[in-house]
Amino acid sequence: MTAPLLAVRDLRVVFPTRAGLVRAVSDVSLEVAAGETLGIVGESGSGKSVSAQAMLGLLPLPGRVTGGEILWRGRPLGDAAGLRGREIACVFQDPMQSLNPLMTIGAQLVETLRHHHGLSRRAARDRAAELLAEVALSAPARRLDQYPHELSGGILQRVALALALACEPALLIADEPTTALDVTVQAEILDLLAGLQARRGLAVILITHDLGVVAGLCHRVAVMYAGRVVETGEIDALFANPAHPYTQGLLRATPGLDNRTERLVAIDGAPPSLRAPPAGCPFRPRCPIADAACLAPPPFAATDTGRAACWRAGAAAWAEVAP
Amino acid sequence: MAAFLLRRLLQGALVVLGVTFTVFVVTRVFGNPVDLMLPLSASAEQRAAFAAELGLDRPLPAQFMQFVGELLRFDFGESTWQRRPAMAVVLERLPNSLLLIGAGLGLAIILALPAGLLAAGRPGGLLDRVVTGISLAGLSMPQFWVGLLLIVLFAVAIPVLPTSGMGTPAHLVLPAVTLALVPFARMTLFVRSQIMEELNRPYIRTALARGLPRSRVLVGHALRNTLVPFLTLVGWELVLALAGYTVVVETVFAWPGMGLVAIQALQRGDLFLVQAIVYTVAVLIVLVNILLDVVFKLVDPRIGLG
Repeated sequence: MTAPLLAVRDLRVVFPTRAGLVRAVSDVSLEVAAGETLGIVGESGSGKSVSAQAMLGLLPLPGRVTGGEILWRGRPLGDAAGLRGREIACVFQDPMQSLNPLMTIGAQLVETLRHHHGLSRRAARDRAAELLAEVALSAPARRLDQYPHELSGGILQRVALALALACEPALLIADEPTTALDVTVQAEILDLLAGLQARRGLAVILITHDLGVVAGLCHRVAVMYAGRVVETGEIDALFANPAHPYTQGLLRATPGLDNRTERLVAIDGAPPSLRAPPAGCPFRPRCPIADAACLAPPPFAATDTGRAACWRAGAAAWAEVAP
Repeated sequence: MAAFLLRRLLQGALVVLGVTFTVFVVTRVFGNPVDLMLPLSASAEQRAAFAAELGLDRPLPAQFMQFVGELLRFDFGESTWQRRPAMAVVLERLPNSLLLIGAGLGLAIILALPAGLLAAGRPGGLLDRVVTGISLAGLSMPQFWVGLLLIVLFAVAIPVLPTSGMGTPAHLVLPAVTLALVPFARMTLFVRSQIMEELNRPYIRTALARGLPRSRVLVGHALRNTLVPFLTLVGWELVLALAGYTVVVETVFAWPGMGLVAIQALQRGDLFLVQAIVYTVAVLIVLVNILLDVVFKLVDPRIGLG
């Protein structure tokens, strides 16, 4: 494996609130190599977006990084402001809300291009049209003069991608890039993302709660639960043979083309409060095979398919459900 | 655009007609101009003659038509106090008031935008607490008292500025500052809360994620997006200034503007002069609102001229 482009080690992020300290991210370690796509999967509140925001140095208040380090090409990232937009770019969930409503598409592209590359207005505008063409928008020159409210969500997400690419980043963080879009548009955006990645050799961190999206696009995946990474591994191996009971449960709760006859089963219970997480394994209260050993924090140990934070990694946690 | 302006002007004309009707009802139906304008010692014959001269002995509908007709001819009657057309008095004083309002509100806007931005930049920080404190204090103090306080400070204790009248730029300082304080306070708190809200919006995060400097995101993106509500507030302050602030501030500093004349006209029972002032203010407010609508359209492409 090549040296990682971005490495996150034991990252901790907390949000001090009136009701207590919310441990949004605890001891998260991740790596992305150049040209690689890492999927981060988890349900709402699992800490996947907060991890990404910490990597960008854009934690919303009152969030704070209280531990761990983030290395960019082997060096500490610092406050990330210098890399933002140049080396690390990102695309967010809701394209309708992600663009300044009072500025034309072109003005926002030109502003970004000029800031990073010091281009003349003319040159920046030409480059902006090229970028819109690269994200497969028709009539790019005309789009430049349109406002966000004149465009659809799918087109705006392409514009958001063009804005992210404006500065030739090495890493693109895509935080739920298709969640707010129609299913057909989702597929187009994911295709586009895969194409851009292949063409530009981009590293991509794809954050999603949709296992189907991860399966189609990612090389490796990290599954997050209650602010922790509970399992990582190569995508095919991990999906074929999940070691952590949570991953097994997630896959069992996800519809697929090949298991159409099986029943989908939700995981009973709800994720724990991040203010007062349970002792030991955070999944323990919902885990069907938890025992006394799980009262101690599980090690993030190697498994057949990667690593998993589970004392009983590899054991089949859920009984087969009759069709 | 032309159709929009025409429609808004027609709507404005309707508003002015409403004002006309209200003024008519208040002064001619509920009130009696003769009692108002003649001294108590006037005899019954003098009262009857005066009423006949003004046409007040005719039935109300006829009076109303006469009233509207005079307004259309720009005839607002003669000021009984100054012995010349009431509108001439108003037009002579109006520029002074506009100068005072322009200086005061201009000062308020110029100071409130950076103050609100700085406060919102670090909520709860020292700067935020200072700015918020000053604003709350400014909002809590009555204007006439602030004016007197400034006179005591800058004309009595440290005699550097004139306290009354107009003529030199120095004369403008104290009245303008007095007038600016309350709008400044309200605008600052407003900009602060609007920017704080705006900074939580996803497009701000995206702009920062693109690597744009924070100052640029604050001014170029966040502030720009609060401009429409901010200008709405400015319009409101302008209305308050035209219809209220000037009366207080001009009285305290003997500033020869429309507000001072309004008070003097009221004290002298100069009905026609008061009417002329009411009309001028009403028309100005209508015009301010039309102007704001046009500016909104220029600032925000999503606003249609519908």
